[in-house]
Amino acid sequence: MSAANDITHADVLVVGAGPAGLAAATAAARHGCDVHVLDDNLAPGGQIWRASSVAANTQSTQPMSSREKAIAALHASGATLHCATRVFAAPANNVVDVLEQDEHGLRYTYRTLIVATGARELMLPFPGWTLPGVLGAGGLQALVRAGYSVAGKRVAVVGTGPLLIAVAAHLQEAGARVVLLAEQAGLRTMLPLAASMLLRFTKLRQGLHYAARLRGTPVRMGWWPVEAIADRGVLAGVRITNGSETRTIDCDLVATGFHLVPNSELAELLGCALAATPVGRRVLVDTYQRTTRADVFCVGEPTGIAGLDAALLQGEIAGLTAAGQPSTHLHARAAAERAFGKMLDRTFRLRKALRTLAAEDTILCRCEDASFAQVKACAGWTEAKLQTRCGMGPCQGRICGPATRVVFGWEPASVRPPLVPVPLHALISSTSHHEENL
Amino acid sequence: MPEAMPEAQCVQIYLNGMPRQVARGTSVAAALLLHAVPCRESVKGTPRAALCGMGICFECRAVINGVAHRRTCQINCLDEMRVETQR
Repeated sequence: MSAANDITHADVLVVGAGPAGLAAATAAARHGCDVHVLDDNLAPGGQIWRASSVAANTQSTQPMSSREKAIAALHASGATLHCATRVFAAPANNVVDVLEQDEHGLRYTYRTLIVATGARELMLPFPGWTLPGVLGAGGLQALVRAGYSVAGKRVAVVGTGPLLIAVAAHLQEAGARVVLLAEQAGLRTMLPLAASMLLRFTKLRQGLHYAARLRGTPVRMGWWPVEAIADRGVLAGVRITNGSETRTIDCDLVATGFHLVPNSELAELLGCALAATPVGRRVLVDTYQRTTRADVFCVGEPTGIAGLDAALLQGEIAGLTAAGQPSTHLHARAAAERAFGKMLDRTFRLRKALRTLAAEDTILCRCEDASFAQVKACAGWTEAKLQTRCGMGPCQGRICGPATRVVFGWEPASVRPPLVPVPLHALISSTSHHEENL
Repeated sequence: MPEAMPEAQCVQIYLNGMPRQVARGTSVAAALLLHAVPCRESVKGTPRAALCGMGICFECRAVINGVAHRRTCQINCLDEMRVETQR
């Protein structure tokens, strides 16, 4: 395939086909824009709307139906969806380079770009967290939807954030025995959130749905993991504490996550202004979801973790604005959802004890096997990269970067292209584009 | 489990040379977990398996049909696919 043929122009290019990206693309395409949507995954929906790829899996139907509606609306709008594609560089204004199927380099030009890259889980290092069977909570949920059976398995769900409850309920539905749900936030910290949910019908309904699924599940508020325990190399349990006592829970799997980190890397590469958060960075936007970069919008979790309803509203606002349509009728609701996100941040703020879970020999950077002791000896992120290769592996610091921010308070390093590992031939075709077409 | 499944709903793959059947639509990472096969060995030689499940952490990278560093959570099993633990 000749590289020069692979240039596509979009009025509106949306990166990410989760709820925010789908809403943005649909709104813009409905109003006549030529819209292309890029997504890394094999199917649209993002993480919260990740569908089962295995026919035999049973799924709760309620969240799926909103997903199906959103995808049907996208297709009806005339927008074009490209799955298994990732943006890896932004070589010039209004140009991005894209890796398709981990293999082919493609180029897109755009009038307006909408960043809808979602969020990832915050993973914190504790002894044993690299054992097979210790997974991200959302990660385990995704793998179950991708055909991994947890039927009969004993699962401990530990960490913080609203995702833990959703994951525990989903695992229970999938036949797992959730032997523990440990939320590091204390019960008293949760009360304002619970009160605010009583006033919001959809969130209350969802909360009650999960509560019904989790009846009989041992729930411990104000407890957190201190160690995943192996027996002859195989995960056998998790040790938890509330600061004064410690218990060991036998289990086959540990699902862990400490709320979410915005995937802000693409926006940062594009030159958008960001604000520091306790775990990473978020993209600054105005009430129309415009970033500080002309022609670039940002929607959903990269602007600050606020959940599904915020993502849908922000997406629609950006899509309408990109198409030159009014969106002010949505701004009040979007502001309310933003406030809900800030309440989540307060509720699930990490306790200090979580900064000191790692032992000297605990791996901090999983890609490069840099230990806590090695990384701790460095003055900051740049020195750690140079001295220990922490953050230099293929994840490019997406897992250990937020961890070092929490554990050591380090500033995250700035991003550089390529945003993801790219095969040499795809880079070469991207460079030839550059010479021929710019 | 796979034995009870009609053939059309199954794919046959090889995990470190061992033939295994999994449901069609199963990701390679899920197949590796189902059969307790590590995705890779780390720099210091410890076994690793999937972590984030969404293509970000690269813990699930393995060798697929001879190509190293494939993110197995973002790839579905296909008939006759050969998956090896990445060392």
